[in-house]
Parts: sequence; structure tokens; C-alpha cells
Amino acid sequence: MDDQFNVRYTAQLARLDLTDAEIEKFQSQLGQVLSHVEQLRKVDVSAVAATAHANAVTNVFRADESRPFFSQETVLSNAPRSANGLIVVPKVIE
Amino acid sequence: MSLTSLSIAELQAQFRSGAASPVEAIDALEARIAALDGRIHGYLSRDFATARALAEKADVSLPLGGVPIAIKDVINVKGEPCTAASKMLLGYTSTYDATVISKLRAAGAIPFGRCNLDEFAMGSSTENSAFGRTMNPWDFSRIPGGSSGGSAAVVAADEAFAALGSDTGGSIRQPAALCGCVGLKPTYGRVSRFGLIAFASSLDQIGPFTKTVRDAGLLTNVIAGRDTMDSTSLDVPVEDATALLGQDLKGVKLGMPREYFISGIDPQVDAAVRAACKHYESLGAEIVEVSLPHTEHAVSVYYVIATAEASANLARFDGVRYGHRAQTENLLEMYARSRAEGFGAEVKRRIILGTYVLSSGYYDAYYLRAQKVRTLIRDDFTRAFEQVDAIICPTSPEPAFKAGDRSDDPMKMYLADIFTIACNLAGTCGVSLPCGFATTDGVRLPIGVQLIGQPWKEARLLQIAHAYEQATSWHKERPVL
Repeated sequence: MDDQFNVRYTAQLARLDLTDAEIEKFQSQLGQVLSHVEQLRKVDVSAVAATAHANAVTNVFRADESRPFFSQETVLSNAPRSANGLIVVPKVIE
Repeated sequence: MSLTSLSIAELQAQFRSGAASPVEAIDALEARIAALDGRIHGYLSRDFATARALAEKADVSLPLGGVPIAIKDVINVKGEPCTAASKMLLGYTSTYDATVISKLRAAGAIPFGRCNLDEFAMGSSTENSAFGRTMNPWDFSRIPGGSSGGSAAVVAADEAFAALGSDTGGSIRQPAALCGCVGLKPTYGRVSRFGLIAFASSLDQIGPFTKTVRDAGLLTNVIAGRDTMDSTSLDVPVEDATALLGQDLKGVKLGMPREYFISGIDPQVDAAVRAACKHYESLGAEIVEVSLPHTEHAVSVYYVIATAEASANLARFDGVRYGHRAQTENLLEMYARSRAEGFGAEVKRRIILGTYVLSSGYYDAYYLRAQKVRTLIRDDFTRAFEQVDAIICPTSPEPAFKAGDRSDDPMKMYLADIFTIACNLAGTCGVSLPCGFATTDGVRLPIGVQLIGQPWKEARLLQIAHAYEQATSWHKERPVL
């Protein structure tokens, strides 16, 4: 398997806090999965195009017209914290 | 016979003759669920007050007029919870209807309950639900399959007439097989994904769980079609999925892929599916061997592509606009801790794997390579469909397994999807229907046969499924509850 695989670093990229126990466990479990995935290296894909989607759809346009949208109250209804019609988050700029 | 054991078509006949009313159907469901669901745990929430109000004014002349439908808890229904079986979305209330729900409502159907699933539809056993597992109605010590295990269990246990689920790598077909009902994954792009909480956007598709093949067609007719809110739903004419039901199988060719009849399959599953192939021959179909040579790579390709897409889709759960928020005064810490507290182990595993295969330096080796092998898997199907109308194979390599057996062994769990994944990668349609029973430890467990059809040919696929269903009585068997 890929000895570069580093759960601690990848978790930082994913903005996901993991405990040391989780890191250790995932390192071994996902290492196993990656070993299985290694078999893809055996396949000759030199002349193969990638499939991003089952149906190749490009440039789906619609008219640039205003449409009814949610009210401010609806948009904020699931927000963990809001005030004055805004979502409140911890301070970003010191 | 109780109302709840009826199929959609039978229930509609009762509505239209006046023998039963939509309100009585809701009452019967409520009583059945009250009596059973404490043991099965197929539902995460129910809303009978709203359902009864809708039933009182139901127009039974509509295509699904007055028919109650259970909904996997990953599809938004306005005013109802939508948890994705995750602590992340505990307390969330949907502010809009998914397109499939708008379409159900327009056809007169009544969404009334929310079915359990593996968290964010990630799993094959429904054990990854943050709110407790669902029991297989045939043996409570076993899993119902997944991820749409709740949808399958409630239909099999007559706690619903039909249900909607979603299928990313087999999440409709595999639980349908393990619970003994019909599960259809439509062609990718056939049904709008708007309002479905996204797992892997290039693979996800919504589809029905039903007691009969005809019912699967009735539901598909209602939910199918181009939607401007989902640019991957295609503008392909929606044919009547029930149009060919009852036609004979003369001239129909079915392909048995040699890569799907391999050692390692449960012998009782292998025997039942081979017997179904023989039965098809007696019904006039021709059975030929076909080859899908890249089958061995499907699981690997899937777990790269699906986790990559999942890691991107689940980035939206950051504690800002909705969902769980960790209490902290630092923004970056809020993201990372909200996600740590909100997500369960399997979701975290997949986010890590998906982030890794997309990360700088590994993208080409894993993600791009997987997308290229996906092309080869698709080409396998295209070539096979030049010879046959549908592919016939097992849905799952084994009947329902015991809860806890592999919940901590992800690789073993991932292999449970070995026969269903390629259909999603190829983007075509597939259906599972009952084809027999295995006897394990003295209990009877349903076996499913899978038919994989040509893209956009759901009507043909259901015709083939229906011919076998009508010639056998497997679909009439129900668990003793």
C-alpha cells in the first residue's frame, strides 16, 4: 500500500478533528482499502478517456430570470445562531 | 387480510371501488407501525397528523391518489425532519420539497414517514445509522441491508405500501434482496436528484421499493422526468414503465456474466439465481453467457470515486448555516469540531479516503485512474447490451448477515456491494426481485435476483422482471411477525 498515506494530515485538509484512537484505526483500515485499490495499477488505461459522469452533459443553460426564492426567515430557520437577519459565526478577523 | 398487506395497485382498486378510503389506509399503517416498529425500527419519524389531513381530501382518481409512501430520511419533505440518520442533522427541518416529493404530491400520493438508513447513505447494513440499526423483518438478529435498510424493511414488514430510497452503489437493490421486496434503481438521469442529500453525485439515483414489479413501474412513472433544478436529469422521453408488463419473453435474451457466477457466492444464492435463469428459459427467454471483464475492479473504482465525491459534497456540513455546531470561539476550530462531533465513524472514514484520493500528488494515481477504469466498466456493459436485453445475476453474494458481523471491517463490508456497484458506475438501470429463500440457522432468508437493463429501458427491464414474478410466488411470501 501507499506509505505516503497520512490520516492526520488528510484530516486537516478535510477540516475534521480526529482523536488519536481514530487516526490509528483509520490508518490501518483505510490502508487496507488502499491496498485493495492498488489493483487498479494493473489496468492499462493509457488510451482510455476518463468518465466523470454516466451521461456526458455539457453547458446546461437556463434563462437568467428572477424566480421566487425562500424568505429570509426560512433561510435562517435552520441556522445554529442568527441575529438581525444574519448568520452569526465566531470572529474571523482579529 | 389487513389493508397494509396490499400492493399499491390493490390498494388503489379498493379506493376506487369504495371498499377502503385513504384515511383508513393511514389508520391501518399507524396501527401496524405502532405494533411492530418498536421491534423493527424502520422509521426515524412519522407524521400521521399531516398524512391524515392529506388523506381526508385525497383525490383517488389521480395516478397515486391517496397512496401513502414512506421516504428514506435523506430526501427533503417540506416541514419534516431530514436527518440522513446523522447527528449532524438532528433538529434540522426541511424548508422545501425534493422534486420527487413535489411529483408524488402532484400525483396524489401522501409522504408520511421517514425511513432509517446508514448515515448519509454510506453503508450496506443500516448499522451506520446514528439512531440505531434496523432489524431484518425475517430475522431480527440480522441486518436489512443498506443503505436504504429502513425503506426495505418497512415494505417487507407491511409497515408501508411502498417507499422511496436512493441507490449509489446498490443501496436500493441490495436491501430489497435481503428483505424480500422489489427495488429499482432507475437509469442515471431518469429521476431528479434535487432535494436528495448528495452522497456521490455522479452515481446517486432515487428509486422505489415495492411489493410488486407493477408497483415499481407505477412509482417510477410518477417520479421520472427532466427537472430544471437538476442539470444531470436528462430530457429523455418518459415512457410508461408499465407499458410492456404482461408481454411474453419470446425473443428476449438474458446474459449471465461469467464474472458474477464465481466461487465465494453463498451456495444457496447461487442455486436460486441459476434456478431463476432456468425458469426464464422455460418462459421463452434465451440465456447466453456474457463477459464483463473489468468486474474485478468495480469495488476499487467505486470506493475511490464515491468517497471523492462524498468528501466534496459533505464539505457543506461545517456548522455555519445549518446542522450541528460545536461550541467554540474560533472559526477553524468550529468547522473541524462540528464535523468531528456531528459525523459517525464510517462517514469520517469516507471523508478521509475521498480527501486523500483528491489531494495534490494523488489525484492522478487514484481519482483520475479510477475514472478511466470506470470508462472500461461502462464499455463492458455497452458491449454486453449489443448481445442481450438484460443481464441476470445475484443482487448480493449472500443472504442477510448477522448484525455486528462486519461493522468494524470496512473492506469486508464494501464487498457486500460487489454485484450492484457496476450498474451505478455504468449509469444504467437495475432491479432486484425475490427469487427464493436460503435456510440459515433454521431461519428462512430472502434471496434476490438482479436484472440490469439497457439505459433508459426501464419498461423492458420491468417487463422481464414481471414475467418471472408472475410465474413464481416468491413475492407473496411475508415474514411471520
